[in-house]
Amino acid sequence: MSAVSVNDVSVAFGSLKVFDGISLDIEEGEFVVLLGPSGCGKSTLLNAVAGLIEVEEGQIWIGGNNVTWEEPKDRGIAMVFQSYALYPRMSVRENMSFGLRMAKTPKAEIARRVERAAELLQIAHLLDRRPDQLSGGQRQRVAIGRALVRDAAVFLFDEPLSNLDAQLRNELRVEIKRLHQQMNGTTMIYVTHDQIEAMTLADRIAVMKDRRIQQLGTPHEIYHRPANLFVAGFVGSPRMNFIEGRIDQGGEGPIFRSGALALPLAAEHAPRALETGRLVTLGIRPEHLALDPAGPWDGFQAELLETHGADNLVWCGNGQVSLQLRLPGDVSLKRGEMLTLAPDPARVSLFDSESGERL
Amino acid sequence: MASVSMAAEAAVPRTRRRWNAAASLALLPAAVIVLVVYLGCMVWTVRLSFSSSKLLPVLDWVGVRQYSRLFANERFLISVENIVLFGVLFIAGCLVLGFLLAVFIDQKVRSEAAFRTIFLYPYAMSFVVTGLAWQWFLNPTLGLQKIVRDLGFESFTFDWLVNQDMVVYTLVIAGVWHGSGLVMCILLAGLRGVDEDLWKAARIDGIPTWRVYLSIVLPLLGPMIVTAVVLLATSVVKLYDLVVAMTHGGPGIASEVPAKFVMDHFFERNNIGLATAAATMMLISVAAVLAPWVYARYIRPQGRRA
Amino acid sequence: MTTSAPSGRKPRHLTVDRIGVYAFLAIAAVFFLLPLWIMLMTSLKTMEEIRLGSIIAFPSELTFEPWLKAWASACTGLDCNGIRVGFWNSVKILIPSVALSIALGCVTGYALSFWRVKGANMMFGILLLGAFIPYQVFLYPLVRIFATTGLYNSLACIVIVHVIFGLPVMTLLFRNFYAGLPIELFKAARVDGGGFWSIFLLVILPMSTPILIVATILQVTGIWNDFLFGLTFAGRENLPMTVQLNNIVNSTQGERTYNVDMAATMLTAIVPLAVYFVSGRWFVRGIASGAVKG
Repeated sequence: MSAVSVNDVSVAFGSLKVFDGISLDIEEGEFVVLLGPSGCGKSTLLNAVAGLIEVEEGQIWIGGNNVTWEEPKDRGIAMVFQSYALYPRMSVRENMSFGLRMAKTPKAEIARRVERAAELLQIAHLLDRRPDQLSGGQRQRVAIGRALVRDAAVFLFDEPLSNLDAQLRNELRVEIKRLHQQMNGTTMIYVTHDQIEAMTLADRIAVMKDRRIQQLGTPHEIYHRPANLFVAGFVGSPRMNFIEGRIDQGGEGPIFRSGALALPLAAEHAPRALETGRLVTLGIRPEHLALDPAGPWDGFQAELLETHGADNLVWCGNGQVSLQLRLPGDVSLKRGEMLTLAPDPARVSLFDSESGERL
Repeated sequence: MASVSMAAEAAVPRTRRRWNAAASLALLPAAVIVLVVYLGCMVWTVRLSFSSSKLLPVLDWVGVRQYSRLFANERFLISVENIVLFGVLFIAGCLVLGFLLAVFIDQKVRSEAAFRTIFLYPYAMSFVVTGLAWQWFLNPTLGLQKIVRDLGFESFTFDWLVNQDMVVYTLVIAGVWHGSGLVMCILLAGLRGVDEDLWKAARIDGIPTWRVYLSIVLPLLGPMIVTAVVLLATSVVKLYDLVVAMTHGGPGIASEVPAKFVMDHFFERNNIGLATAAATMMLISVAAVLAPWVYARYIRPQGRRA
Repeated sequence: MTTSAPSGRKPRHLTVDRIGVYAFLAIAAVFFLLPLWIMLMTSLKTMEEIRLGSIIAFPSELTFEPWLKAWASACTGLDCNGIRVGFWNSVKILIPSVALSIALGCVTGYALSFWRVKGANMMFGILLLGAFIPYQVFLYPLVRIFATTGLYNSLACIVIVHVIFGLPVMTLLFRNFYAGLPIELFKAARVDGGGFWSIFLLVILPMSTPILIVATILQVTGIWNDFLFGLTFAGRENLPMTVQLNNIVNSTQGERTYNVDMAATMLTAIVPLAVYFVSGRWFVRGIASGAVKG
């Protein structure tokens, strides 16, 4: 039984359909991240799960119950928002206990839960302050605390770290991950446009674009076996290199060819649909291109060098194709230097140029 | 306002002030108005209140004699009593009705624009028109009383307009009718500015809507409520047209107000000394209300920053 | 999952809450519309029907006579030329007052926002406080000043008074609007060699259309609705419509003709109401900007 399941759900704003039959099943205790550019519908999907947006068609199940028509408070969920959404003019303690007080929870029980959440999030010393006396990071901790006291089985996060600066974001990201590990069996759904958050937090990522789930998979799958050109280009920084070309027939099987560049394709790509002459796009990540004087791709000139410390990025081109490569930090190059590259044929991705789908 | 002026100052780097002839010239008319009218006339009025001026201004000095006369003047005392009663009820009435209207309109109702238009249109009309309309509506023989009697309640009486004890309340009703649209307008803008996530959080916490408005939204509207109160309060102090048109201070002197007291003594009763003394009292009461507000808003925040 | 399980849109029931919301709004709408309705109905009835019938009822016999009478022959004391006299006086007062007060407010606001003049902030502070002080504090000395200069009780006098007392709000309105413009714009114009007036006319003024509209709406309704200044400064020959209306209604000798009174009242309300209905959101914006006063 899934902890959360979205069955064929459609959402409409007026006459404008936002989703048309979207489905998603999430296991108990799983951490699922909805990742995508703004406007892709990830927040709308989360709001539909929360019951903050009414669905037009389909069903939403949480914890084995059909909650499609339930009020948000009755769905057994808790939610954390980008703007923190703390109740102003209420102390941290009141913020965390307001919902429980409304639900007529016994006082002792409220105190116990607030205590526990505050301890878990290290905000016990802030309990009597008011939101406007807190920093951004502290506010978001309180907002998470307010969600914690609800003792919900499912946690929903709507871009919770987007309003924070980079360092706090990293800190709180780790905190959320730790929280998930400590709370055994708690399911979390997390919306973000930040791929690092998605990669680091998720058990599974649902990459979304144009109100569709483009790919649902583990971070490893998403990164190494992107389902289409969009996923391949969206996840990974620096971006995956794309080379337009066609399939050719070589001595030992199909070859990818683009101008002067050729690459024998690994066995795993063959023999599916690799008929000769088919237009394809080859995708290769910058770290899967090595410098090798014996490599097959020569004639590349280093155009731009970027030092990142742990590694270096190199922009290079051969007049037709521009490629980025990621080299270890101790390799030093000069601008204008001629390079010979060796792609790792086992780690390239092939996409149909027309449909953009993975082959 | 405060934030706006601060932003402007922050944006203009503190370059050396160059004297600009054209800019100074452009500010000259405003400067003359401030000096001559806002400061000069004010000082002049205060000065006259210590003189024995009657029909014409004289610059002798009689100390606070005009003030002791003023506070022995029944007409003035009634005026003060009326304006306090009117002020409290009018401001409270406008705030409560305006807030309710804003909240109910905020419930995603159909034809929201039509309701908004209906609730605000009185504010576009003058107090003279408002006063005459309500004078007719509350007419003790042909107005509201007759409508209700025609419905079968033969003994219904509504004669507030000619009842010395009740006439102030008719002014309040007309005033609230005129002004609550303004409050609605200001508060509705505030409601629309409330972070949508806050509403979502409250729904997930299962907090009833009325409770969200009371415990969460209302405190957020604080600055807008202050703005509304300040605007309403200024119209209370200036209350004149409505009284002249609706009751003319009557019956008897039952609905006199300070502004009318001053005007009558300037231009009809030719008692400049007494009129300026009453005007000075109005000035003092406004200053008493304004001072804490100016202090809280402009002086204290700057002190804290320093 | 059976087909009867909850799926798709939750069926909507007309809840008690919804009915309550609309009931409240409807009752409020009646409260707000009733005076207008009664004025209109009364103005379309004969005096006989008014005496006998109910004031909320629709006229059994529609007559436009009261409107004609109110416009052309209603009496103020002994003059029986109708409220049109006041209407045209108000128009004569309105046009120069609106134009001059906006022009002065606009230039003052511009100078205050972009230029540094010694003492300007002090002046602006006093001006703002002046907006809260009851007019009665200034009136008598002003009358003396105008009497000395020979302007008292003239069209020029009432126009000047409107400019004086419109100055705080107008200045604030323009100053706040200009404070919201990017200062870089002004700096760029300075670097390009613009002076005070050339920057104002070529850069700032063309961007001011929205605030000019708001200012016009505020001033047209404000000045049209004025009673106090018109009464005090305009003089017998130039009494504005509001003052004349009050004289017609409240100082009638003998029996009052309610239908004519209400027609005259409606006529006086028409200009601001028209501005209100035509300008819609702009009017609201005007209120909001005026509200910034606080």
